[in-house]
Amino acid sequence: MEWETVIGLEIHVQLATKTKIFSGSSTAFGAEPNTQASAVDLALPGTLPVFNENALRMAVMFGLAIDAEIGKRSVFERKNYFYPDLPKGYQTTQLAEPVVGRGHVDIELADGRTQRVRIHHAHLEEDAGKSLHEDFHGMTGIDLNRAGTPLIEIVTEPDMRTAEQAVAFARKLHSLVTSLGICDGNMAEGSLRFDVNVSVRPKGTETLGTRTETKNLNSFRFMEEAIELEVERQIEVIEGGGEIRQETRLYNGDTKVARAMRSKEEANDYRYFPCPDLLPIVIDDAYIEAVRASLPILPAQWKATFIEQYGLSDYDASVLSSNNVQAAYFDQVARRCGDGKLAANWVMGELARLLNQHDTDIKASPVSAEQLGGLLERIKDDTISGNIAKKVFEAMWLDGGTADEIIEAKGLKQVTDSGAIEGIVDQVIASSDKQVEQYKAAEPDKRGKMLGFFMGQVMKASGGKANPGAVTGILKQKLDALCD
Amino acid sequence: MFDKTLAELAGGLAAGDFSSLELTESCLSRIKSQDAAYNSFITVTEELALGQARAADSLRAAGKAGMFTGLPLAHKDIFCTQGVRTSCASRMLDNFIAPYDATLVRKFNEAGAVTLGKTNMDEFAMGSSNESSFYGPSRNPWDTDRVPGGSSGGSAAAIAARLVPAATGTDTGGSIRQPAALCGITGLKPTYGRVSRYGMIAFASSLDQAGPMARTAEDAALMLKVMAGFDPMDSTCVEQDVPDYSASLNDSLEGLRIGLPKEYFADNLNPAIAEQVQNAVREFEKLGATVKEISLPNTALAVPAYYIIAPAEASTNLSRFDGVRYGYRCDNPVDLEDLYKRSRGEGFGDEVKRRIMVGTYALSAGYYDAYYRKAQQARRLIQQDFIQALSEVDVIMGPTTPQPAFRIGEKTSDPVQMYMEDIYTLALNLAGLPGMSVPCGQVQGLPVGLQIIGNYFAEAKLLNVAHRFQQATDWHTQAPASIKG
Repeated sequence: MEWETVIGLEIHVQLATKTKIFSGSSTAFGAEPNTQASAVDLALPGTLPVFNENALRMAVMFGLAIDAEIGKRSVFERKNYFYPDLPKGYQTTQLAEPVVGRGHVDIELADGRTQRVRIHHAHLEEDAGKSLHEDFHGMTGIDLNRAGTPLIEIVTEPDMRTAEQAVAFARKLHSLVTSLGICDGNMAEGSLRFDVNVSVRPKGTETLGTRTETKNLNSFRFMEEAIELEVERQIEVIEGGGEIRQETRLYNGDTKVARAMRSKEEANDYRYFPCPDLLPIVIDDAYIEAVRASLPILPAQWKATFIEQYGLSDYDASVLSSNNVQAAYFDQVARRCGDGKLAANWVMGELARLLNQHDTDIKASPVSAEQLGGLLERIKDDTISGNIAKKVFEAMWLDGGTADEIIEAKGLKQVTDSGAIEGIVDQVIASSDKQVEQYKAAEPDKRGKMLGFFMGQVMKASGGKANPGAVTGILKQKLDALCD
Repeated sequence: MFDKTLAELAGGLAAGDFSSLELTESCLSRIKSQDAAYNSFITVTEELALGQARAADSLRAAGKAGMFTGLPLAHKDIFCTQGVRTSCASRMLDNFIAPYDATLVRKFNEAGAVTLGKTNMDEFAMGSSNESSFYGPSRNPWDTDRVPGGSSGGSAAAIAARLVPAATGTDTGGSIRQPAALCGITGLKPTYGRVSRYGMIAFASSLDQAGPMARTAEDAALMLKVMAGFDPMDSTCVEQDVPDYSASLNDSLEGLRIGLPKEYFADNLNPAIAEQVQNAVREFEKLGATVKEISLPNTALAVPAYYIIAPAEASTNLSRFDGVRYGYRCDNPVDLEDLYKRSRGEGFGDEVKRRIMVGTYALSAGYYDAYYRKAQQARRLIQQDFIQALSEVDVIMGPTTPQPAFRIGEKTSDPVQMYMEDIYTLALNLAGLPGMSVPCGQVQGLPVGLQIIGNYFAEAKLLNVAHRFQQATDWHTQAPASIKG
């Protein structure tokens, strides 16, 4: 039987506020355990929460960016369960009236198609602390630094059908929240955590199969692996005559093994009810419009600009707009050199290659957009060839400097003087009897393809500096003259 | 000196008749020699009090004394006091030394008040008799075989016994007004949001409100001026100016419109109490007030609604007491579940456990709509009753309690009978309105309380009405026969 996979995601995004959602403690990552836990975070008797308005602003930014309905009234509720890293014995979250309602995110697939993933809602809540099971023999340590860090939990509709789509969505979301500046995007530190709901059904049927939820995936690769493994498992269970149990699962990215954590029957009754310590959040149109006015340029806007202004393909524009820093970088390169397609090729090609090779990102690129734009300008005006430009770029990466300085210092300026080129062409023709004979013997419409050999020889003899356009013209003229 | 009110003591301090240190020592010595009979204190903070008294005297010597400088009082043991055990009368917090001051405590400290100690109460403020205290019941100075009421029973008993001139209390369903009535003192529950709840250990967050307990309305006015006001640490605290409550105490009551809800004079009420309340109302007529009967038709919903909402909130407010970070932890837990079960099982008393279970049940999947949501609907109806009534009258009056103080142990076996103690008081908490109880008579030698209910933020009006009544009567000056000079 052919199976169809159905995937929905829940994503926890830590908001980049300086202080916690209900207390004045710092949210910075990596401090000594419990040094960023105040009386409120420790849930000492008598303490009360006070809502951090900045978390609201960021949640509204997200809502506007996904074209969602913004909840003009949203309500915090208590989700009750006992756990040592949950100091109050309940998590303050939103349920019935979340701050962000229905919205959508469009993702680009590898085949160039665009797919819409609907967002069911996104709500504000507080993060829990951490239980530390290592280092304490037979005991568990509790670190409450993270407790109270503001989160938005984003819940999608089950709109994805493959692991690839889910990862494309996850990447898009990562790009969106980092572009908005509402999350630092550091997945290794848990700033963005994915729960995946997976079910399978016979292809062509409508009813959803029983789903499982694999929690807390903090890398795109683990997410892809976890989904593929779970789909395989579910199909195997069903084809073996078994039934899928609704359960929560954990995937270990290091061992590549997943296991069930708890089943639906063991699940808590969370006894949600409106938190009486916090008033409903009520916002008006003026507030929403002020937040809208403060939004940075978003990936979708960058993308539209890149297609319209620079004539980029949909795919290139998507890749380049996927994060704000890269988009702004590309935009500057393109404006400097006046050629969007050339700029795109370089940013996605040479630059990406070196960044990857040095395991760094565009924020830390040693070559600035201004430098790269200056280099491409010299390709455009025929000062250097594309191949020479790669050498200049590598020199730039290692030692800095402008394109002009490097070209000058290394004597890489392109030879466009036709007299000098003619001399080299003559030499090459003179020393390539066999190839000249073949050229002459060929049908005239096939000769163009044979120019490549001569081109290569000429470029080699010129040390790559000969202007390829000029070489082609001269070569063709001289060889064709021999054929007459 | 022990029989003086705060206002009189403030006068004596200002005139130099005695120092704050002398006054404080006198209070401490009375507590030491007499409180064994009343058990009204859980902790006496002698060192702290003497230090504060000396500081107050220095301040006065430097000409920097304010109205409250050097005046002694006690705090209900529900308010966090830095460096002092704050137990909430529970085994759970018997070892808890608060690392910070509640906003209300801080305000009194900043005003120069002297903290004599922490008063007894029902465990986590859950009770109407003070019998659920881990430290044993407090006793009513009018008859030490009887309860002082609750949950702020220790504060009320200490004031009635003239151990302290005043004390703070909290009122979730009547916990200031009912013990005030049973002990023959004056107590005020302010409008919800008038006084910060920060540092006050939560019972039911949407109902809890701190307020003053004293012998006179005049003293309650002085205290409320210190306590009230916006606090950025409490999101439910209302940003509204605090009037000078003392300034309007003597305003005329000519034309005051009093409403008497017929539901408050029905079957449950002891006829002798009804008579005392009617006498009080006639006193107001002499002062120029007009009286009419009104109706609060949803009164019968108050007890059931309250006993869903309050336990529901309490059941989650008390989840933080889990034996993990502070408070009682059982010996040698074998695993996490054992730690939770035994710490909470051993740390909480019966009434607290009962309410946690009721509240947990009421919020459970499948029951939420039938209980919690219905109770919230009832709450709105009750609130509308009051809003409607208060559009026709200025204040509503009635009995504070249906019966005078009952015997210790009399109602412990029947929780529902105990809950009925609060039938006239808890509707106000559901509505968020302010209310007072002032002594208005006696039945078989036990005090009777008159409840006065006003509109939102009408505390000044309530204090004015109560003060004029106390100018015309002497019920508030009567002391239990048992107390010694």
